[in-house]
Amino acid sequence: MSAAADAIDLGALREGERRGRVNWPLRIGVILVGLVVVMAAVSFVWTPWDPYFVDGSNRLAGPSPSHWMGTDRFGRDILSRLMVGARTTLYVGVVAVGLAAAIGTPFGIVMGMAPRRLGTPLVRLNDLLLAFPALLLAIMFGAVFGASTTTAMIAIGLGTVPVFARIARSGTLQVMSTEYVLAARSAGRSAPAIAVRHVLPNISSLLLVQASVSFAIAVLAEAALSFLGFGTQPPTPSWGFMLNDAYTVLQVMPLQSLWPGLAIAIAVLGFNLLGDGLRDRLDPRLAEHRS
Amino acid sequence: MTAPSTPPTPGAASSDRSALVVEGLDVAAGRLGLVHDVTFRLDRGDRVGLIGESGSGKSLTALAIMGLLPDGLSAAGTVHVPTAGAAHDTDVVTARESVVADLRGRVMSMVFQEPMTALNPLMRVGRQVAEVMEVHDLASRGEAKRRSVELLAQVQLRDPGGVARRYPHQLSGGQRQRVMLAIALANDPDVLVCDEPTTALDVTVQAQMLDLIVAGAAERDAALLFITHDLAVVATVCERVMVMYGGHIVETGPTERVFRSPRHPYTRGLVRASDLGPVGSPDGSSDHRPLPTIPGSVPAAGEFPSGCVFRSRCERADQACHVQPPWDGQPDDGWACVHPYDPSVTEGGDHGD
Repeated sequence: MSAAADAIDLGALREGERRGRVNWPLRIGVILVGLVVVMAAVSFVWTPWDPYFVDGSNRLAGPSPSHWMGTDRFGRDILSRLMVGARTTLYVGVVAVGLAAAIGTPFGIVMGMAPRRLGTPLVRLNDLLLAFPALLLAIMFGAVFGASTTTAMIAIGLGTVPVFARIARSGTLQVMSTEYVLAARSAGRSAPAIAVRHVLPNISSLLLVQASVSFAIAVLAEAALSFLGFGTQPPTPSWGFMLNDAYTVLQVMPLQSLWPGLAIAIAVLGFNLLGDGLRDRLDPRLAEHRS
Repeated sequence: MTAPSTPPTPGAASSDRSALVVEGLDVAAGRLGLVHDVTFRLDRGDRVGLIGESGSGKSLTALAIMGLLPDGLSAAGTVHVPTAGAAHDTDVVTARESVVADLRGRVMSMVFQEPMTALNPLMRVGRQVAEVMEVHDLASRGEAKRRSVELLAQVQLRDPGGVARRYPHQLSGGQRQRVMLAIALANDPDVLVCDEPTTALDVTVQAQMLDLIVAGAAERDAALLFITHDLAVVATVCERVMVMYGGHIVETGPTERVFRSPRHPYTRGLVRASDLGPVGSPDGSSDHRPLPTIPGSVPAAGEFPSGCVFRSRCERADQACHVQPPWDGQPDDGWACVHPYDPSVTEGGDHGD
């Protein structure tokens, strides 16, 4: 494979990307995630109503020009609560995924770089942790430390650590087998330096994709926990608890449960599509030709 | 066209100039031996080739010398790098990893075969050159940056300043290999190991690359260990050559002697199979026979015969070859064969037994 042939190949590939193959998952994912982010951002400066304002005379109202999504059983504006709830959702997602990445990535890199006799037991330990359901861990945490947004996101984060560790390890193994790592070692580079300078940058795209997918799972987990009462406590608006609220009046106002459900679905779908789209975009097999 | 009478190995007697001393080096994967009892020495300024087919253990030998054997492989024997500054010799095989890491890139360095993958795709080329100098605290950040451009100029990259700012994928294979050489030479090593540095390059670029390697090593008075399966490359670059087969060094000597009158049947097969055959053959026959090849193929590791490893493919093999053949001749000009070809006997009259 000569350099010239390589260059032609590369040109053709870029051309193909420019013309047809639109990365739809990435686009839709960005739009949906953007919707949630905008909602949360706007809620800081403006909501149609005060999300905590209880209007006893206007309970369980249907959609109307003044309350676009209606009001809940306390007469609070649903749209306003949904917007503020987006903040909770994103907050929990960011902290949980951040925590998982911060602990899981170094652990995974160590697993990948350690000699086999040390790495194998670590991998088994990680598998053990991976087998433990995150939701159960969160409920346990809630029972022990008291249910709150903080316990929920820490529990979700810790539950996601082994997922990051595993993906980081597999990426590390791949990078460690490349010749540039061998070359770096032959230049006298120490293992920590190789981890920071060579391994981490080269597995960052893997981690980014995983973060997006884990974010979706964290959003869902937070909603589930709040629905069960182990997460965000009222009156702070959260999508999960709003769903629970709506569930009690399902017979009377079935439309109530649609809104938080829709919001959760949009956020989860958005982050999943974003992850999928990023995976296509950052595929290491194509990275050589693109960047 | 006769064999040279005295091997012109430079500095064979002096030991204060020795740069790399390998003694009884074994490499094994568990109980499976891959490299056996490799012994040789390199003095500063030496240019020595290590040749053999794929799977003969050349690259493993190089990695063992660098202390870079992959997980699961272990080395035995000694590899000394008598550094000028050090109070005592360090044995790469037994020394702690941190000690060996300090030697790598400073005292000994290596150029790899595949230039397309030997550079970090996410780092600017200049940074990668500069870092080798910073690793060993031999230069400050600014100094290293300046010197890295200098080094890129030394390996005759046009616009070294511009190249330094580029990423590996923006360079051609030949350019990348030059960058690799610049990295290997950055700290003026005593030993430069090149593992098939030109195999992946276009033929037109190969010669330039070889010149750069030889010049770079000569400027630093470094010992050059050149691993390849290309005999023509060895003939141009190396003054001494070691032939490896099945993890054993089966013949060694001055390049000219080994190629003109190979004694070991394997070496003879290699030479005949390469372009050098007609040039070196005493009778100069040029009739159009099919290209000579060595019958069979290299067995998988662990499936080499006992005794002489080449026994299963050798036309001269007999009962005597069932035991490991002893070394014949000088340490730096000899062979391990019971039935070596005799250069005084003209070819054609086939072997006796």
